[in-house]
Amino acid sequence: MAGKTLFDKIWDMHEVKTIEDGPSVLYIDRHLVHEVTSPQAFAGLKDRGIKVFRPQNTFATPDHNIPTINQHLPIADEVSRFQVDTLTKNCEENNVTLFGLGHPKNGVVHVVGPENGITQPGMTIVCGDSHTSTHGAFGSIAFGIGTSEVEMVLSTQCIMQPRPKTMKINIEGELEEGVTAKDLVLYVISKLTTGGGTGYFVEFAGSAIRNLSMEGRMTVCNMSIEMGARGGLIAPDEKTIEYVKGREYAPQGADWDTAVAKWKELYTDADAVFDKEYNFAAADIEPMITYGTNPGMGIGITQNIPALETVEESSQTTYLKSLEYMGYAPGEAMIGKKIDWVFVGSCTNGRIEDIRAFANAVKGKKKAEGVTAWIVPGSHQVEDQAIAEGLKDILEEAGFELRQPGCSACLAMNDDKVPAGKYSVSTSNRNFEGRQGPGARTLLASPLTAAACAVTGVITDPRTL
Amino acid sequence: MPIDKFVTLESTYYPLPIENVDTDQIIPARFLKATTKEGFGDNLFADWRYNSDGTPKADFVLNKPEYTGSVLVAGKNFGSGSSREHAAWAVHGFGFKVVVSSFFADIFKNNSLNNGVLPVVISEGFLADLFAAGADNKVVVNLEEQTITNTANGKTESFEINSYKKNCLLNGFDDIDYLISVKDEIETYENGRA
Repeated sequence: MAGKTLFDKIWDMHEVKTIEDGPSVLYIDRHLVHEVTSPQAFAGLKDRGIKVFRPQNTFATPDHNIPTINQHLPIADEVSRFQVDTLTKNCEENNVTLFGLGHPKNGVVHVVGPENGITQPGMTIVCGDSHTSTHGAFGSIAFGIGTSEVEMVLSTQCIMQPRPKTMKINIEGELEEGVTAKDLVLYVISKLTTGGGTGYFVEFAGSAIRNLSMEGRMTVCNMSIEMGARGGLIAPDEKTIEYVKGREYAPQGADWDTAVAKWKELYTDADAVFDKEYNFAAADIEPMITYGTNPGMGIGITQNIPALETVEESSQTTYLKSLEYMGYAPGEAMIGKKIDWVFVGSCTNGRIEDIRAFANAVKGKKKAEGVTAWIVPGSHQVEDQAIAEGLKDILEEAGFELRQPGCSACLAMNDDKVPAGKYSVSTSNRNFEGRQGPGARTLLASPLTAAACAVTGVITDPRTL
Repeated sequence: MPIDKFVTLESTYYPLPIENVDTDQIIPARFLKATTKEGFGDNLFADWRYNSDGTPKADFVLNKPEYTGSVLVAGKNFGSGSSREHAAWAVHGFGFKVVVSSFFADIFKNNSLNNGVLPVVISEGFLADLFAAGADNKVVVNLEEQTITNTANGKTESFEINSYKKNCLLNGFDDIDYLISVKDEIETYENGRA
């Protein structure tokens, strides 16, 4: 019998039962909750007259809909405030741990989970948010769910889920200086397209992945949903164990040793077979930037926007609609194009290494005139560390402001909206039409590329800065 | 909340021949502040459907009076992006019972099924024929037989759905009711791993 993939090992351990020609009943170890996708689920529980089944496995934090300035004041937008207050009330009524607005552990849900040790190898982790795939960086099965599924997990700690197929994406070699985890994943998505991973759960492997820090691995797994994959994961290693160790919700004492022994069994067997495999070379990857309206529309920053003839005929109408929205033409170069906005933050690139990379790149330089920049830490802990490391001072000297944590302009649910027609170089995960505000034009890139663009005011290769 | 029972449906449809329609287009994030499931249909495709002053854009398919029905026919990779179930609530709230495409994103597909909206996957050719036909053309969707027919040319294709989900839709069953009914087994599982 062939060996098992890491995904299969974790899935099998969590299967409560299977339904013939139907989904599995999958047990969930960690349920992360935020204000936007949970109120209807809590209301559903109330209608049924039941409470949260396993509150000790449930952690909540408001993030999508909160302001990133003046967080000590009540939220000005009444509707947003009501949604955040509803989360607080639901958590109180159900005994769920809440890192509310202003709490030292508040932040973007996918930053908060790992930094507090809530995320651990071998777990099943869900959240009503597609970027739950972030937690796969720890060797867990983590994926986004809808609100009906949030209600399932709240009421039974289980979810009905068809078993996805498995895919391996192998990336060997060393990334060039100035090329980051973000560039790596944008490159992979540009090769697979936004639907290329649909129906699959991805394992990222190879020396380029092993060499990434935990934060870099989180960036890669975070964006696995952008190729349509259910999620992405990376086998845990010493780096993973070192990262989790000592964090508040991580196992302690003898439990820690038991946990580590189990985590060391979490790898894909040498003879395991994936349903699909891709191989890429790290040396082929340069800093990436997107030019269109989905994350698959990315190119190396020195390349030109693909000519119309290179696009499949049936997709050309959609392609031209996308470029029209962006105000670009096929065949144009990206380098040197004017930009108006820079956003550094989100569950993709809002961790300390990202703020550090951006700050070090702009150190001693000045923000270009006419560029508005929002630097938004992923959590209070990231914010505190940025201040402690002196990054806030570096940013301010260069003309940048460090805001307070939240999802912010990644999806523009709060006031952080990019105006219509403006070009925003963003370290977030989606460049969909209107994602950063109605009519806003998003160019996805790494924090290093964002820094290069922020100080020049035009699209700039970070290797030339 | 029990979902609507799905019965065989014969309907005209709204064609949306655009690929990779993401959930931010289906329902933009600024509309996600509600704490109930109602009212999302009014903002389905809001930025394609309305001008910034709220007046309808005459050239968008949902605003063209010749198009009617409870079926949406969309280009490949429909529903990519966010996991927001608000997208399925918006599709359902507008009155759609079926979405037809050659390819769906996973989470949107699950969310639709959980709201009694049937995603029907068809071939590229079948999709092109539906886009080419006039506004009065109909599709017939038979869930029991798992078939869809284009009445313009009489062509029929089969579509896939697992028998569990099919049974749920045909009978209006809900996954949460099912999970609550197996709580004993869930507790046995928990005790077994402790």
